[in-house]
Amino acid sequence: MFRFLLPLAMAVCLALPALAQTLPEVVEASRAQIEKPSRQTIGPVIDAIAATGDPSAAAMLQAWADRKLGVRKADGAMFLLEKTPEGWALTGLDGHAAGTAPTSDITDLKPNAGVRELIGAALVQFTLTDPDPVQRMRALDAIARSPAKSQLAPLRASIEEEADPVLKARKERLANFLTLQFGDDSATRVAAIESLAGDTALDVRAALNPLLATSRKVAVALPQGVNIAATLTPGKDIPREAAYDLLVTAGLAPARLTLADQKTALAAHVENGAVGGVPLAELASQPRRDAAYEALEKSGQVPAAATDAEVAAALAAHVYYDQYAEPDPAVTDAARRTLASIETRVGLMTAADLGLDALSLASIYFLAAIGLAITFGVMRVINMAHGEFIMMGAYTGYVVQQMIPNYTVSILVALPLAFAVTFAAGVAMERLVIRHLYKRPLETLLATFGISIALQQIAKNIFGTQARPLTAPAWLDGALSFNDIISISYIRVAIFLLALLFLGFFLWLMKRTRLGLEVRAVTQNPAMAASMGIDPDRINMLTFGIGSGIAGIAGVAIGLFAKVTSELGSDYIVQSFMTVVVGGVGNIWGALAGAAMIGGFQKVIEWLNPSNTLAAQTYMILFIILFIQFRPRGIIALKGRAAGD
Amino acid sequence: MTRTFLTRNPSTLWFLLLLALFTLGVTLLAEGFGIGLIPTAFVKVLGKTLCLCLVALAMDLIWGYTGILSLGHMAFFALGGYMTGMWLMYARTEEIVVQALAGSPIPPTLEEVAQGVATQIFGVVGGSDLPMVWSFAYSAFLQLPLVLIVPGVLALIFGWLAFRARVNGVYLSILTQAMTLALALYLFQNDSGLRGNNGLSGLQNLPGLAEMPQSTLSILFFLASALLLAAGYLLLAWVSSGKFGSALRAIRDDEQRLRFLGYPVEGYKLFVFTLTAMVAAVAGAFYYPQAGIINPAELAPIASIYLAVWVAIGGRGRLYGAVIGAAVVSLLSSWFTGGMAPAIPLGFYTINWVDWWTVLLGLAFVLVTLFAPRGIGGLFDRLPSPRRHGAQLGPDDGALREKEADA
Repeated sequence: MFRFLLPLAMAVCLALPALAQTLPEVVEASRAQIEKPSRQTIGPVIDAIAATGDPSAAAMLQAWADRKLGVRKADGAMFLLEKTPEGWALTGLDGHAAGTAPTSDITDLKPNAGVRELIGAALVQFTLTDPDPVQRMRALDAIARSPAKSQLAPLRASIEEEADPVLKARKERLANFLTLQFGDDSATRVAAIESLAGDTALDVRAALNPLLATSRKVAVALPQGVNIAATLTPGKDIPREAAYDLLVTAGLAPARLTLADQKTALAAHVENGAVGGVPLAELASQPRRDAAYEALEKSGQVPAAATDAEVAAALAAHVYYDQYAEPDPAVTDAARRTLASIETRVGLMTAADLGLDALSLASIYFLAAIGLAITFGVMRVINMAHGEFIMMGAYTGYVVQQMIPNYTVSILVALPLAFAVTFAAGVAMERLVIRHLYKRPLETLLATFGISIALQQIAKNIFGTQARPLTAPAWLDGALSFNDIISISYIRVAIFLLALLFLGFFLWLMKRTRLGLEVRAVTQNPAMAASMGIDPDRINMLTFGIGSGIAGIAGVAIGLFAKVTSELGSDYIVQSFMTVVVGGVGNIWGALAGAAMIGGFQKVIEWLNPSNTLAAQTYMILFIILFIQFRPRGIIALKGRAAGD
Repeated sequence: MTRTFLTRNPSTLWFLLLLALFTLGVTLLAEGFGIGLIPTAFVKVLGKTLCLCLVALAMDLIWGYTGILSLGHMAFFALGGYMTGMWLMYARTEEIVVQALAGSPIPPTLEEVAQGVATQIFGVVGGSDLPMVWSFAYSAFLQLPLVLIVPGVLALIFGWLAFRARVNGVYLSILTQAMTLALALYLFQNDSGLRGNNGLSGLQNLPGLAEMPQSTLSILFFLASALLLAAGYLLLAWVSSGKFGSALRAIRDDEQRLRFLGYPVEGYKLFVFTLTAMVAAVAGAFYYPQAGIINPAELAPIASIYLAVWVAIGGRGRLYGAVIGAAVVSLLSSWFTGGMAPAIPLGFYTINWVDWWTVLLGLAFVLVTLFAPRGIGGLFDRLPSPRRHGAQLGPDDGALREKEADA
């Protein structure tokens, strides 16, 4: 009806403004109905008000629905009311302020819920055709938030008029949702439901799920004419206790006696040191308590409690079923089918999303481990302070951000600076400590532990124990989302790219540069390398410095999404070593494979048991311990002379 | 036999003598039976230190003698503590629950008591049922053997897997550290059944001894710890001497050569790993009742690293070195972190030892590793010795004996 009325009314308004009814005229004409509205008769009046096209009509309807419309007792003039301490602040229907009035001078109108619903529907239609697209979008949001049957007709009516293609699509989608819930007949609803098959958007599932809402019921026999989702067998589909509780709630069976109640009842009937003839001392066992209670039951002192046999009989005598709130089976069937098809697609997309998550976790591990792949993998020097180098990098980023307020610039400054700081720290450590311990790997491990402990405590002393923020620049905020399910935050994309960059850098350094050649030579045979004119000391120093420097850059990257604390490094150190060990020592591809495996595996476990990330880490470490059984030298093992021993 | 075990190992005799004197002295000076010069709190610290010395002994056998740097022995230590802790906490809670239920007119059933205990213990983590792992906690006779069995079996399985795969050197260290981390993370969960990060508490109260004052209890624990340390020292000295001990040192110095000579290297390693794990567990079982509380933070990998630090500073490869290291470092540590050490004002900055002790320890550790691999125990080598039949040089110079090295 609206579809024809509304354009007509608007056309009339535009062509012959004098002939159209204005708002005051309508109000004057139907004053009695407005003041004492009834649900049955008020419809045309509301439509007429809406049809005036007067911008203040919406304000008036809104005020009316909010019970903020009132009539001045003296002259019958109608005002929009606003509560003030003195009484009411008045605004005329034309939008002009009209002073204030004490509460006693004004009769405020109180339409009932039915009338307010009609007004609400009219208001929706009003805003749905509002010339301002923002207003129209707001109306759509309001409908999406609380869909109601009355909104369907105005929404449908407004689709054709809609000029904005985005809004039009949104309206059509919303109309579809409303149809599947409130459509007139089963066929239109089923059609609306089936049109959504394969649509994985969240709002589709939110629209479909209410159709499948069930409630658990119990009856003597299955009722006819209700839409039953499933009948339940006690002990199989539903625990017997739960089934019996249903019976008790439905008033079909007496409550069972809990042990606590039994005890209270027994305690209330102690006579001469005995209850029901059973001495108190014997009541420390359940069978004797049961006997005492039965004796009390026989003498009528306590109410009879359901025995096990009675419970079994009561359970057997009733049927249990889940009943759909939606009475139409065709609709629920269609909704179930459609949801199943959606779930399949959602499953696939979740797997894809999980893959992305795993990829990003793997790149974090890779980034944390790539420095180790150099120091441990190439030089075979185990550096337990590697985690603290990561932490130093992160703190460098934090300090730079304190000095340079622009986040983009500060990150660009922090990356090379973190490299420089940790490069220097690495070189210093190599010169002072590690150089003396090349022959004693276990002691390198211990000495670097000592340094790690000291560095952590120093960081704690300087920066305190609370976490420091390292804020990413604004252009890294948000997420790259492909749809409602698959999305990845830009920071993680950036970290992935950084990991790729470092992979490339490492390969270039080792395979294409003079330094890489010398590093490989010194690693394989220091004495031979030295006799060829390579200075092993210098090479070791530089290699260790580069490995540490990369740890510093990784620290800035990790600090962007994790809080910077003095424990930042130790959180990653075990995983980093695992990555290198699992992947295979001495090979960058091994570190890559190790990171991919550990990251992927951890995400899969987290997905299987999402509530418990601690468990995921536990199982992952167990898995690694077992994995080393089968490939002790890692996924990609060096062969031949390069393998050393 | 002209040369008995003790004459071949004179240091054992000296150690036992000194330990006995020390124990006697503390007992006479403490509040429980003596003149009360030493406060109870310090007796507890000393008792705990003795337990730490025992676990350091175990660490010395596996690391100093066998050359396996295990970073998991504090996990076994804590596991032993958890096993006694479960019994202590259950028994203590049971006493409280029985007392509370005694007020009601109907005597409680066993199930009600058990339920009450479960609610008391697990109310903190939102549970009311006793998990499976507590099945034996009601009985000391069933639970206390678990102190040996659980860490022993864990060490056996882990060691078998690791040694079979020929994981050694730094890889093994990292793997043991991973095991420790996994165990700690597991215990941090509430559904592991050990109260998550709340841990077990109230362990200082022995069931049935509620009336005994803590001063007496602490000296009893101190004596028990001393006895335990003596027994542990004898056991480990015996294991590390003779042919078996030589084989262990050979594993440390050249595992490959020993394997080619036909020794079952993996068997030796597995035995030592399991044995030391059990010794560590016993030490933990006596440590935590004196500490009163245990939580998963005790298993953190850093604890095992500190253990290595003690042994290294004390001097690896000699049992008394481990004891000295553990005692000196842990007592110094509690002195520094307890806020008793005077702060050093530098004018622009005040060195507060609570904050800087860890730094000092870390750096001391680096220095010891670099310049004094024999640790504090190395000082004893400077004493004039009447007979030195080719004493081994310690871990660094490999299999060379003194005579060969000098040659």
